[in-house]
Amino acid sequence: MEVTLITGRTVAQGEEMEKGKIGEGFKRACAVVELDPEDMSKLGVHEGDEVRVETGVGEVVVVAKKSRDAPHPGVAFMPMGPWANAVVGEGTASTGMPPFKGIKAKLSPAKGERVLSAEELVARVYGRE
Amino acid sequence: MKLILKNGFVYDPINGINGERMDICIQDGKIVEDVENGRIIDCSGKLIMPGGVEIHSHIAGGKVNTGRIMRPEDHIKNVFPKTGVTRAANGYSTPSTFLTGYLYSKLGYTCAFTAAMPPLMARHTHEELHDIPMLDKGALTLMGNNWFVMRYLKRGDVELAAAFAAWLLRAAKGYAIKVVNPGGGEAWGWGRDVRSLDDPVPHFDITPREIISGLVKVNEMLSLPHSIHLHANNLGRVGNYVTTLETMELADGAKPARERQTVQLTHVQFHSYGGDSWRTFASEAESIAKAVNSKDNVIVDIGQVVFGDTTTMTADGPMEYYLSSLTGLKWSNRNIELETSPGVTPFIYSKHSPVSSVQWAVGLELALHIKDPFNVLLTTDHPNGAPFFKYPTIIAWLMSAKYREETMKEVHRAAQRNTTLATIDREYDFYEIATVTRAGQAKSLGLEEKGHLGPGADADVAVYDINPEEVDPGRDYRLIEEKFARTSYTIKSGEVLVKDGEIVRVVNGRTLYVDAQVDESLERELMRDLDYYFKRFYSVNLANYPVQEVYLTNPTPIKVETGVR
Amino acid sequence: MRYTDVICSFCGTLCDDIEVVVEDNRIVDVKHACRIGTAKFLSSNELEHRLLKPMVRKNGKLVETSLDEALDRAAGILKSAIKPLLYGWSSTSCEAQSAGIELAEELGGVIDATVTVCHGPSVLAVHDAGYPGCTLGEVKNRADLVIYWGSNPMHGHPRHLSRYSIFPRGYFRERGQSDRELVVVDVRKTDTAKIANRFIKVNYGEDYELISALRKVVNGGELREESVAGVPRKEIIELAEKMMNCQFGVLFFGMGLTQSYGRHRNIDNAICLVRDLNVHTKFVMQPMRGHYNVVGFSEVLGWQAGFPYAVDFGRGFAWYNPGETTANDVLQRGECDAALVIASDPVSHFPRKSVEHLAKIPLVAIDIHPTPTTQIADVVIPSAIAGIEVEGTAYRMDSVPLRLRKIKEPPEGVLSDEEIMRRLLARVRGAESGVQELEVRAR
Repeated sequence: MEVTLITGRTVAQGEEMEKGKIGEGFKRACAVVELDPEDMSKLGVHEGDEVRVETGVGEVVVVAKKSRDAPHPGVAFMPMGPWANAVVGEGTASTGMPPFKGIKAKLSPAKGERVLSAEELVARVYGRE
Repeated sequence: MKLILKNGFVYDPINGINGERMDICIQDGKIVEDVENGRIIDCSGKLIMPGGVEIHSHIAGGKVNTGRIMRPEDHIKNVFPKTGVTRAANGYSTPSTFLTGYLYSKLGYTCAFTAAMPPLMARHTHEELHDIPMLDKGALTLMGNNWFVMRYLKRGDVELAAAFAAWLLRAAKGYAIKVVNPGGGEAWGWGRDVRSLDDPVPHFDITPREIISGLVKVNEMLSLPHSIHLHANNLGRVGNYVTTLETMELADGAKPARERQTVQLTHVQFHSYGGDSWRTFASEAESIAKAVNSKDNVIVDIGQVVFGDTTTMTADGPMEYYLSSLTGLKWSNRNIELETSPGVTPFIYSKHSPVSSVQWAVGLELALHIKDPFNVLLTTDHPNGAPFFKYPTIIAWLMSAKYREETMKEVHRAAQRNTTLATIDREYDFYEIATVTRAGQAKSLGLEEKGHLGPGADADVAVYDINPEEVDPGRDYRLIEEKFARTSYTIKSGEVLVKDGEIVRVVNGRTLYVDAQVDESLERELMRDLDYYFKRFYSVNLANYPVQEVYLTNPTPIKVETGVR
Repeated sequence: MRYTDVICSFCGTLCDDIEVVVEDNRIVDVKHACRIGTAKFLSSNELEHRLLKPMVRKNGKLVETSLDEALDRAAGILKSAIKPLLYGWSSTSCEAQSAGIELAEELGGVIDATVTVCHGPSVLAVHDAGYPGCTLGEVKNRADLVIYWGSNPMHGHPRHLSRYSIFPRGYFRERGQSDRELVVVDVRKTDTAKIANRFIKVNYGEDYELISALRKVVNGGELREESVAGVPRKEIIELAEKMMNCQFGVLFFGMGLTQSYGRHRNIDNAICLVRDLNVHTKFVMQPMRGHYNVVGFSEVLGWQAGFPYAVDFGRGFAWYNPGETTANDVLQRGECDAALVIASDPVSHFPRKSVEHLAKIPLVAIDIHPTPTTQIADVVIPSAIAGIEVEGTAYRMDSVPLRLRKIKEPPEGVLSDEEIMRRLLARVRGAESGVQELEVRAR
């Protein structure tokens, strides 16, 4: 399923960030994608199921969450953090600002696949521990 | 450190010294009668003046930085890489803090007052002053649209208004009371302005006339070193000289508590316009000069225009909006709760423009029509009329009728037609130049240890490579312009900071502020009211408002006994 | 010990009314702060979540070391680089920023802050059109129309609504909320939109068109389109009229505008809209700044180097060209050969391509907690929390400067960001340097 992906701040992400970014809380707050309920049924996923997010630059597995801000069919939201930024696009169109919002992304169900922790994700993607 | 500046031509108007060849002795940062075994600096054939004192220049604080941030184009010209002594520096009409210090020092200035500090933003102003090296410094503190001032004056409680002003100077670490477009700043909170001394301020039931008169009284009750520093209503408006003349009358509302004026009308060039439309825009400098000549309690600074690109910035929010709507250029504004409403917009003074050309002439007319140079101080209202480093050009215009004539040929003929400048043949001498660039400023500010070279004065000295016996400023105006731009030596507190026009040493100066105390019971009454108002209407708590001394370089409180009760 | 009037150093709202109780150097109670602010105060107790010891990478692993060795390694990395990038800065004091700018100048490096990924486009728009704003107390006292556009303060700035914009009573708004109207424009019905008097749902990426439509109405034009950006004509006209007829209107805008399609052009258009509105009434705008001192960075860099972010000192003077000198561009072009990151976590918050380069070059990270950035660094230096463990200056989103307080001691041996910068600067200059030490900002 094709969606427009938006990334941004949430209160839970802010709270966890202040507690330190290594740990389960940070993952719970940020390794998610918030979806329109109708999109969820089209995609065949339920709250808490794993979903693969793919863009031109990469892919990441996160947990599906029902959006409290619906309806917004075709628009998916990820809190800012290493999971979202693993799929944010390249370049800044000469403005200095990367394309954090409005990324074309493909979603597919990935039930049962493991959601990496921040440490694992960083180690795997960037090769440093 | 001991120094002897040997055999220069000294111009020291406060002590009546007019070009005498003499030695200036320096010890422990002060001028002394005599010194033994001092390092000798040969000044023969050179001209010596006290260090320059800047009385009105927008060099630090929120709106200056808004100007910088809004105008990167101002910072890619005038660029100086870092050296072994100086930091990387840039900026033309809004120079970086470092460059501000370096450039003033090269001109022979050793002290500068930033023109308009909003108390809520005072910490910012002091952070920038902190980063301006080379100068002693202070800040004029905005009060003319302050809610407390307006409320207390409205109910006739001048004592409480005085207690508030004293508290505010202590809290903001300010030096003097600044008034900008009184009432107009508050009206701008609703997108409005006041256009005469008797227009009521919306919701406050007070007029500009009452605010000015009240603050003149407050200032003299407190016996502050400086008078009130007044940017009158209707700045830049056609026909505004009428308001300016009426405003001058308010200076007689209180006896001066010190040997100085009760009102300094600032950048009066912008307030001396006649005509009834831009088409008939004309100078009324002569009327203003006549009034200054006949009055004891008013002095002015010019706010001279020099042609070129600059950034205008004032606490006069409605004026900046009006100006940007004339030019269509970018516009910034920041209304500051309970206090003031500054604005910023770029401007180009063009020789082809009739209005700019008249403005240029008006400033020079004022300087030349006002008889006593102690009553007309040289400023450009930096950067509003021009950047301060254009002073040498203005000095050359004042000293040379020929140079004025040459410039007149290049500008729009309106300057000839609608002003009296072409008819004036007066030329300033060095003594008068020393008065309008340092002595007059020091006297107006009540700085007893600055602006002169008598024993006990701060050892702040400028040495220029000009031999007054050989140079004829009327003819050699290019040389005057060149030599006043780069001192042979700038000495501050007895240390050589500039030699042959280059910075050789970087220092941090002192920060001067007024510490005026009032009667305790009055202070308690004030604090109760402040507490109530801050809780409800400010967006910061009272406890977080006053600026800590830690922000000031070499904090230097000026204690004032007020006797206000 | 009970401290009142404490300033919360989390977001750009910079609440200054927090009460904190400290016992035995532990924070035991926090009053008035929001969820995030409370978490920040309390997190200072949890030393297990803190960085406490300096670390350097040896044989591919980070190992604990002395502060001196960490500083020497860091200085060595920076000094031998041709073009180091110094990034972060928004969650620390102006004093640390000031020292960092001096360090960048000394190194001939590039200095950039998180401005680059939040309101950088707003700054570009200010270069074009200016910035008509006010302090937040003006909004509290005067505003009768409050608009949040592409901003969700209920999440990003939880007390913004209650301290400054909608709920408080003000001098001319004695009844608080009932004297005001709240309008939210967003692509999603956010938690802020849910409490608004009116929510306007704009199509993603079409904010620019909606602003243009509003400007057309405000400037007396006739709107012929049935709808623009997904908003029906009738609603646009109503909103425009509401804006023209209020007494004091304010437009708060967030990353919904700066990060979306159009970026700085959206803000440029919004500034022009506010300017147009000033012909009819009083109208101001305010970017919703995120990190508590992101504004301070632009102010300090502005007065010291003349530009608000993304400055390259490689030529010995400040060079500024966003799109070229901005952190993500420098990284994605693979141009910097070392980096120092302070008080920020670009490994979490930068796009993958930028982080890939960051992972390739020597990296010094200075932070309070371990983060994905400290995880990949070669040198890690722990620092104290400004506003809790050390004093300093911060600028609120509306540029009001406040002095952060110290209410407890930092963990043993942990220095402030400012002190770390000063020590690095001294090491980078070394004994052979002829540069005269400017007077230290001893605060």
